[in-house]
Amino acid sequence: MKIHRFPVILCAVFAVLVLAVGPAIAQSVGSGSFKKDKDIEISFGVPVDEAWAKDTANYSVYEKPDPDIKVPVESVTLDSRRVNATLKFKESLNTAGEYIVEAKNVTSEGKVIGSREFVVKKSEVQLLFAIFLGAMIINNFVFTKYLGLCIFFGVSQKKETAIGMGITFTVVMVLSAVMCWALYTFVLQALHLGFLKIIVFIGTVAIFVQAVDTILRKINPYLFKKLGVYLVLIVTNCIILAVPLINADSGYGPFSSLTMALGAGLGFALALFLMSCVREKLEVCRVPPVFQGLPIAFIVTGLFALAFLGFSGLAIF
Amino acid sequence: MNRNVTLLWNGLIPENPIFRLALSLCPAVAVTTSVKNGLMLGLAVVFVQVFSSCTVAIFKNFIHPRIRIPAYVIIIALWVTVIDMILPVYAPDVYKQVALFVKLIVVFAIIISRLELFASKEPLLPSFFDGLGMGVGFMFGLCLIGAIREFFGAGQLFGYDVLGFKPLLVMILPAGGFFVIGFIMATFNWVEYKITGKIPKAGGAH
Repeated sequence: MKIHRFPVILCAVFAVLVLAVGPAIAQSVGSGSFKKDKDIEISFGVPVDEAWAKDTANYSVYEKPDPDIKVPVESVTLDSRRVNATLKFKESLNTAGEYIVEAKNVTSEGKVIGSREFVVKKSEVQLLFAIFLGAMIINNFVFTKYLGLCIFFGVSQKKETAIGMGITFTVVMVLSAVMCWALYTFVLQALHLGFLKIIVFIGTVAIFVQAVDTILRKINPYLFKKLGVYLVLIVTNCIILAVPLINADSGYGPFSSLTMALGAGLGFALALFLMSCVREKLEVCRVPPVFQGLPIAFIVTGLFALAFLGFSGLAIF
Repeated sequence: MNRNVTLLWNGLIPENPIFRLALSLCPAVAVTTSVKNGLMLGLAVVFVQVFSSCTVAIFKNFIHPRIRIPAYVIIIALWVTVIDMILPVYAPDVYKQVALFVKLIVVFAIIISRLELFASKEPLLPSFFDGLGMGVGFMFGLCLIGAIREFFGAGQLFGYDVLGFKPLLVMILPAGGFFVIGFIMATFNWVEYKITGKIPKAGGAH
């Protein structure tokens, strides 16, 4: 039996990312870190007095850009060595932002040893990895955001076409998302024409796909013969427009946009490949006549969506 | 029967965009966790479909056939931008939930396929009724799925508590939308099988 190279490559990319990013995350914990979206953990370095540490009035917490808006601390817990404290908050924190925690009159064994300041933020790599995982698996565009279904049902009948479409789509997605980001930041925002983004983005994608089609036809006819048919279909895929719009609305920078697009593309490829495997098997199954074709495909997708729901608890960071 | 009425009826049941033509399925699953959301997006689609059909019907003699697709896309994008600015003013709460999909109406296959197949060949009035029929058919589909999912998933209809309990929570989860559409499509097939005696071929899935 022929082993498909595609899933192996996908796994390899994933493994490399985990290996590369893992150590970076371990080091990036500065003087404080987010535990959950309502908790911050800080480390004093020396054992502190429990009575002092439990008093929430000793802490003042604010988000970096506006020091006047204090975030109220609900409760504080110390670990058994009395070195690390966990601050609990009523409201969810913006874990993509940067917080400053000021501890007044830190008391250690009865003596006041001065005030301390802690900077709490996620590192850039951590954020990028969270965006990537989010776009690819946790909020998979097909199974949990229901985008790109038209293409998804159209080309997932054979593994061969699914792989071709997956690769072409990922490449076009990444390049066009970066182009849309550049246009949005340097042209539309600079001229205060943000409301034109729908027209500009769809135009950019259409022109870009047409350009790739023309260039590929001249430069590499073999590759064009393999992937050319998918190029035209890509323009009708909602994901290709949704990703630049999401990037623009959440104010992502160039690297975040690129990561988001890469995650979305690979996630779509993954969904296509999984679905094509099942549909090849479905061909030889006895499906009730009224369910043949699209209805059964929908129900299979529903089952996949249920399975992907399991990833929603995957909040590593 | 009057041709315009036939066109309207066509879009509603015999050529229903979601269940029969299997076009523009993404929003059909995504926003239909409640009737209200379905109605909202449906209205936006009716607006865009009717206005872009009329625009194309009026200007079809000025659009060169070789650049017709980009021209249609720009016309649709224009009307989508208009509705995208109107909706948040009048219904800010519901708009928040369907915002991304209102923008994505640009790439809904149903709209461009009606422009290409109908409005580019016919005069203004039939184009208007064709657009209206397709739009309302789409809205009908969204509301039907929304009603089923809201009723079984949350025990509510239009936000009002009907049952008092939640029989099948899975219905408002992502997976529920896929199941409901699958079963409705099968039901449509079954009804047609009972009436005509043969299984209809599945739609184009675009």
